[in-house]
Parts: sequence; structure tokens; C-alpha cells
Amino acid sequence: MSVDLTLTEAAPPRSASTLQLQFRRFRSNRLAMLSVGLLALIVLACFFGPYAFPFTGEDADFDFISAPMDLWSPHPFGTDEYGRDLLVRVLEGGQVSLTIGFLGALVAGVIGVLYGAVAGYAGGRADGLMMRLVEILYGFPYVILVILLSLLFGGGNLALFAAIVFTLWLTPAVIVRAQAQSLARREFVEAARAGGMTGWQIVVEHIVPNCISVVIVYGSLLVPEVILSESFLSFLGIGIKEPQASWGNLIASGTSAMDSDLRLLLLPGTLLALVLLCLNFIADGLRDAFDPNDR
Amino acid sequence: MTLLEARNLGVGYKIPGPGLFSASRMLPIVHDLSLSLEAGRTLGVVGESGCGKSTLGRALLRLIPPSAGQVLWQGEDMTLIPDLRRRRAEMQIIFQDPVAALDPRMTLARIVSRPLSTFEPNLSRVQVRARAVDALQQVGLSADFADRFPHELSGGQAQRVGIARAIIGRPKLIICDEPVSALDVSIQAQVINLLMELQEKMGLALVFISHNLAVVRHISHEVMVMCLGRVVEQAPRDAFYARPLHPYSQALMDAVPEPNPKRERGRVGTALAGELPSVLNPPRGCVFASRCPKATDLCRQTRPELREVAPGRQAACHFIET
Ligand SMILES: Nc1ncnc2c1ncn2[C@@H]1O[C@H](COP(=O)(O)OP(=O)(O)O)[C@@H](O)[C@H]1O
Ligand code: SF4
Ligand SMILES: [Mg+2]
Repeated sequence: MSVDLTLTEAAPPRSASTLQLQFRRFRSNRLAMLSVGLLALIVLACFFGPYAFPFTGEDADFDFISAPMDLWSPHPFGTDEYGRDLLVRVLEGGQVSLTIGFLGALVAGVIGVLYGAVAGYAGGRADGLMMRLVEILYGFPYVILVILLSLLFGGGNLALFAAIVFTLWLTPAVIVRAQAQSLARREFVEAARAGGMTGWQIVVEHIVPNCISVVIVYGSLLVPEVILSESFLSFLGIGIKEPQASWGNLIASGTSAMDSDLRLLLLPGTLLALVLLCLNFIADGLRDAFDPNDR
Repeated sequence: MTLLEARNLGVGYKIPGPGLFSASRMLPIVHDLSLSLEAGRTLGVVGESGCGKSTLGRALLRLIPPSAGQVLWQGEDMTLIPDLRRRRAEMQIIFQDPVAALDPRMTLARIVSRPLSTFEPNLSRVQVRARAVDALQQVGLSADFADRFPHELSGGQAQRVGIARAIIGRPKLIICDEPVSALDVSIQAQVINLLMELQEKMGLALVFISHNLAVVRHISHEVMVMCLGRVVEQAPRDAFYARPLHPYSQALMDAVPEPNPKRERGRVGTALAGELPSVLNPPRGCVFASRCPKATDLCRQTRPELREVAPGRQAACHFIET
């Protein structure tokens, strides 16, 4: 029984981590990278563009009521029937819609991921109860939920935000739970328990990071969903209220003036469509780069 | 003092009932198992796959709770050890699938040193890093492995990392759950020798689970043979390999394929003739009765108790010839 360990193995040449490889793959996707660029441009325009104008989207200019599009006038895309600058309003509305979109996706994502990871890791009866609750909430009619939450929060943006988060955390929870279940059976989780980690530490340090691929992919799909959801509710008049602008309520008022002036619908509509398109291409690119099935 | 002792240990898995609130059933796997292990010694546990070896290994560390009996750690009932989690540095485990045992998202330094943040929370970052590098070097991996990821490793290297993680908290016991079964034959000897070297250096006790009789012979002081969740024979290594007494042990020995350098030697397949009873429907009498060449009606009706059949040797069979 000779013990031969005089030879210490040297490491093979460096290679990248899986995460690095995945991002590299994403960066080589032209359409997705183009979308990232365009989206960044739109975001920057929404948040900094309005400063280029001497007025805000809520200031009425009585010399220009329902002014048409004229790129050389003070109101390049014209004004609405109150004399408010359409471009500035659309950009400011973008701030609201994008903020709700990204923040809502983030909050819904974090809640859903943690909930799903805990349920999947815990398994057994706790998992059964937690998932039954998700099923019940899935069955809850959306509009009724929004109305209930509006009553609860006294209407306003917070109620809208809560309603959006409340419905959208369910799907990430279900997706992550399935992934967490299979991870919980892996031996590194057993090793973690043997290493004295608590259940919560295992969820946060092992389960969630290993769900990162699905989370990134799903999260990128969640953003357009939240934006659409906000627009839909604002369109119905439950969401963001005048005079504050959002793409949803701008499109709503644009639609009602559609017959006389298509301009009011086209500008916010085009921007919303562009953002949704970009987000979908980005989500596609992320899925191609991150999908664990073809690693 | 005895390091690890199991007394009439029973282990099972909870199977959820059909509905959300219906009572769950217990699926018993390991039955009435007793063993004891002294510091620095190796107990080899042999048995066909599915007989409950991994279940036993996990129950010995209380990674799954026992359904009957007790496990004593240095004389203390493990269920009564306060804050057992922080004492786990003393009792570690390595696994059959060495790559699955490493979190793919972590660097090796992080994997190896993570237990230290529980066991020795007062160490500085620099100290933790130094310990990780030291542990890697002890298993024969150079320091430049520290920032690599598991997918860059071969199976043998991954198992070394698993061993490094196990020894970083300076344990007294390592449960080795088929640590070389998934490795190339050429690598197996390296890992076995590494374990033996560490055992000598650190005074480790090992529970070495395997279905490979040749490997168990190489590393063990004592051998325990399991069949369907029960111990059927236990003996000192040399006595056991000189002449196994239980018909099941004899069948395992006979099932060892002829020496063939191309094939892995000493592997116990499920190649034993006859039908393996299911854990769901265990036999009333002897666990080996359905496949034993010597089986009689007595064997099928009454389960033989594990009894002393020679000095230091135990077997569970009605017809032991000594
Ligand atoms: N988590 C589990 N839940 C239910 N049954 C299990 C579980 N793990 C293992 N088993 C069952 O327990 C039996 C013994 O498994 P195991 O201890 O892994 O055997 P071995 O390691 O000897 O191959 C098998 O029949 C297996 O199906
Ligand atoms: S008790 Fe009977 S069936 Fe069991 S091993 Fe002995 S002879 Fe075979
Ligand atoms: Mg096993």
C-alpha cells in the first residue's frame, strides 16, 4: 500500500465560469445587443430628455392648443387639447411606465424567487401548502383584486403597484419551485447541510444562485408584462391618473381622439411597442444564452 | 471512547399521503442496525445497490432523522447534542457523484472554505483563503485550482475537492459514500490512497460504503455486509476475506468477476441470481431467503437474529457452519 502523493496536480489552463460563458454568448447575439442599445436610448431619453425643454408635461401652453406636429416649433410633436407638449408628456409617461415595469418586475421577481425556492427546498407538507396558496391566488380574478387593493391602499400608484406585484410573483414562484425541487436533491445541498448551513442559508447561497438562469430569462419576460399590465390598468382608468402621464393613459386618451388626430396615439404607442419589442428580443437572447437545457 | 455508535438504528423515508392533509407513511429502509467505530479505524459497509447503504450513512450523521434507535457521537445521543450544526465539523461526508457534490456556481476556494464560516466564524478572509488553499494542497491540488469552477475538473479532481471540503474543519470521522464508484479504475486507487494517507495523518475514522469488495478489502479494518437494510454479517477484515460465513456474503464473493484488467475488479453487481425482494414488501423471514441456495421453510418463516458465530464475528443465518 504505497501512498503516492508527491505529485501535486497543477490546474488546467484557465477557462471561464458558466456565467461568464453565458454572458459572452449573449453578447454575440446581434439582435439582442441592438435591442439593449435601443432600450438604453429610450430609457435615457425618458429620464433626461424632458430637461431639454423649458416646460414640463403638465404646463399648458395656451398659444398652442392641439398644435399639430411641426419639428421646428417649440413643440416638435405638437400639443394635446390642453396645450401640453406631447413629446414631453410621452417622455415623462415613459418614466412612470418604465419605473413601474422594472421595479415591479424586480419586486415580483424577488418575492416569487424566494417563495418558490423555499417551497421547493422545504418540500413535503410546507411545499404542498405554499403551492396550494399560489393556485388559489392564480384563480383570483385580476380586476376584482385590483379594485380590492385600490380600496385597501386608497387608490393611487401604490395600489396599482401592489396589484401588479401581487399577480405577477406567482409565475416566477412556480418556475423556481420546480427548479429548486430538483436542486434540493443534488448532493451539494446534502454537503451544505453536512457543512452546518441552515435551511435559509442553503436557499440563499445555493438554491437561488443556481436558479439564476431561469430567473434572468423569466425576469426579462416579466418587465414587458408589468409594463403592459400598467398600461392596461391605466387604459381602463384604474391605474395612473391624469394629470400624471403614463404610456397607458396617454394611449387611452390617444385612442379616444383617434378619429381626429392619430398623432396622440402614435407617439406613445410606438414607444411602448418599441420597448416591448426590445425586451422580447433581449429575453430571447437571454434564453438562448442561459437556457440550462442546452448548456 | 467509542467515536460513533449506532444502537438498534431504524431509518425510513416519509412518503407523503395522496392528499395534502392525509397522513404520510413511513417507508422503512434500515432496520435494527447496531455498529460501533473507534477513532482512526475504518468500517467497510458492503451491499448491493438499493440495500440502504447511503441511507445508513446519512442517518449516522443525522442528515436524516432516525425512526428508531439512537446514534451516539462520542457517547452523546446525537438528538440531544445542542446546536449539532456547529459540531458538524467533526463529522463529514463525501459522495458517490463527485461533480454533483460541488455547487457549479462557486469557485473551489469558496466550496472548500464555506464550512469554516459556520465552524470557525472568527477567521479573517485571509485566514479562510489560506485554509482553503492548504486543504486543496493536502488533497494534492495546487493553489491555482482555488479560483476554478467545478466544470473545469475531472471526476477524480472533483472528488479530491470534496475531500478537501470534508477535512477543512479537521474532522474525526468521514462517511465515504461510494467515493470511487463513479471514477475511472485508474483514478480509484489514487483517491483510496489519499483517504488512507489522510486517515493516518489526521487520525480519521472512516465509514467506507461501497459495493466493491476489492476496494473495501484494501481500506477497511472491519467489514459489515448489508442486505435489504439489515446487517447479515460483520467481521474483522482478514477473517472475513479468508472465509465469509453468511451465504449472502459468499454469494457476493462469488459474484466478483474473474480478474480482468480491462474490467473493474471486485464489483458487486445485482448479478446475484434470483429476485431481489422489494423494500415495499420485505420478506417475513430471512432477507436472503428468496435467493439463498440453502434456504428452507424455516428461513422463509422466521428471521434469523444477528448473533455471535465466532469470536468477534457476527452473522444472521440459521445455518452458519463455523
Ligand atoms: N429520499 C428518498 N425517499 C424515498 N425513498 C428513498 C429515498 N432515498 C432512497 N430511497 C430508497 O431507499 C432505498 C435505499 O436507498 P439507498 O440508501 O440510496 O441505497 P444504496 O445506497 O445502498 O444504493 C432504495 O430503495 C431507495 O429507493
Ligand atoms: S437464514 Fe436461510 S435463507 Fe437466510 S441466509 Fe441462512 S440459509 Fe440462507
Ligand atoms: Mg448509495
